[in-house]
Amino acid sequence: MNQTNTLILDFEKNIVEIEAKIEGLKLLAQNEDVDISQETQRLKQKLERQMRQTYANLTPWQKLQVSRHPQRPHCLDYINSLVEDFTPLSGDRFFGDDEAMIGGIGRFRDMSVVVIGQEKGHDLESRMKYNFGMAKPEGYRKAQRLMGMAEKFNMPVIAFVDTDGAFPGIDAEARGQAEAIASSIEKCLQVKTPIVSIVIGMGGSGGAIAIATANRILMLENSIYSVISPEGCASILWRSVDKVQEATEALRLTAQDLRRFGVIDEIIKEPLGGAHRNPAQMIEKVGDCIAKHLRELKNFSGEELKKQRTAKFLAMGRNLPDN
Amino acid sequence: MNWIADFVRPKVTKVTVKEEDIADNLWIKCPVCGKMLFSKELKKSMYVCTECGHHLRLFVDKRLKLLFDGAYEEISLPTPKEDPLKFKDSKKYIDRLRSYRKTTGHNDAIRVAHGEIGGIPCVVAAMDFAFMGGSMGMAVGEGIVKAAELSARNNYPLIIVTASGGARMQEGILSLMQMARTTAAINQVKEKGIPYISILTDPTTGGVSASFAMLGDIHIAEKGCIIGFAGARVIEQTIREKLPEGFQRAEYLLEHGMVDIVVTRSEMKETLVKVISILTHKKPAISRPLLENPTSA
Repeated sequence: MNQTNTLILDFEKNIVEIEAKIEGLKLLAQNEDVDISQETQRLKQKLERQMRQTYANLTPWQKLQVSRHPQRPHCLDYINSLVEDFTPLSGDRFFGDDEAMIGGIGRFRDMSVVVIGQEKGHDLESRMKYNFGMAKPEGYRKAQRLMGMAEKFNMPVIAFVDTDGAFPGIDAEARGQAEAIASSIEKCLQVKTPIVSIVIGMGGSGGAIAIATANRILMLENSIYSVISPEGCASILWRSVDKVQEATEALRLTAQDLRRFGVIDEIIKEPLGGAHRNPAQMIEKVGDCIAKHLRELKNFSGEELKKQRTAKFLAMGRNLPDN
Repeated sequence: MNWIADFVRPKVTKVTVKEEDIADNLWIKCPVCGKMLFSKELKKSMYVCTECGHHLRLFVDKRLKLLFDGAYEEISLPTPKEDPLKFKDSKKYIDRLRSYRKTTGHNDAIRVAHGEIGGIPCVVAAMDFAFMGGSMGMAVGEGIVKAAELSARNNYPLIIVTASGGARMQEGILSLMQMARTTAAINQVKEKGIPYISILTDPTTGGVSASFAMLGDIHIAEKGCIIGFAGARVIEQTIREKLPEGFQRAEYLLEHGMVDIVVTRSEMKETLVKVISILTHKKPAISRPLLENPTSA
């Protein structure tokens, strides 16, 4: 992967140093006739050791950084690699379209599917275009419309969750942000077709659960799913954004925490060094995991799928582990 | 000591969590017009300012009394696992819980009761803003689930009175999940063709507004209450604009098509009786006066 424009996370410095040394050796070998294979081999082993060591013990705060890494594959990266003939569909048929909420139909591993998800964008321009992945009411109403279409044409819904939250703005409130999210949750519970939601980066509060009230909820190893952003929590409860690390720890928002609480169904392991180091491999793994769950869900009737979803959420939190 | 230092200021108190704690001879300041209101008068006016008509937040007991015809039976709610995150900020969550329980005399921010409203048996779940800002954690979720079960089992209309700042941060993701959980619960009422009326009171925001509060067959909001998804401060900080006058007030929501009816506190009961009697095809039996001393707010 091209490392020139990569954001370097604090705790990745050792890793990046070794990576730079390997690059340096390669350059050297291009210009001069020297044998670098032994040294490269040694460095590569060291790199792998270092990555394993670092990534095996990430703190919640470090995971939060990884989950927000700009090179991490986003919604459209997954769609472009996994969904054939993806046809984006636009608009909520009431007010307008919302680019933060991607939606469309396509073919996933030979199966017709509806895909929805939030796209954050990867540079300033695209982030503005997608409103940083923060959807407005029309986005959630588009999602509802497409879920209805999924039911009508007997297609499963795949939802990629990646948002800091629903957009907080005057226009969003005026058009009923609360109602739009509430109805989206309700729609998720009602449709008689499988829904698989994958938290690929940030599952931010109501804006996330609006498309994550699913039969199966999957999370990437270093993704985050939380009732409030750590920054918001720190400023309300600690009255200082400087306490964001404490808030991140306290909120128990990692995939591992959520698995322990029984909130999610499966954690998808990330490639060594995080999804941003090997997006292609990450996307393939996510595809395999979605396929596995869709295969299992295929055995149930629409009515059963709906019942399972209702039962799943009604029971949530009733059997918590003793710490 | 001169006469200025000697002067004893009249004792002013904020509305506390329990009505019994308010003596009859206290002065309470209206947060809107600033008028000093005598607590005895305020109790009579159902906590509506006699000067400007501002609706102060109502105690849950008063709310239940206001809605039911007479006697009602409160149901006990199961206690979910406490403090699942072992959450601690400047204070331990478990200690906060304990202190709220002590001051309010109740377990959490919701109460569920059943009784007759206009002669029609109904289930009412009322949220208590005085308990940690009415925040929704597992206990509130459990309350909504139980209320919905009771309603669905007996074919009683379900009425939920919301008053909440949103999800309870101290229970993390488990609070967020209550949005889906409560929606699943009320869906079971709605699918049986039983009316679900959402009564929105001050304030109804965040995870509560973005779940069951906005999914009623009919939405009745109390005059002037705040209803919205994002908090006003968050919006101001995000868009760096001043918010329009009356933003997120009940009347604003009415204008934007998000609530059906906005009523004063004194009109609440008769409005509720009207809609549930029509939706259930029953003739209401109503005899009790709505307020001891209705205000012309």
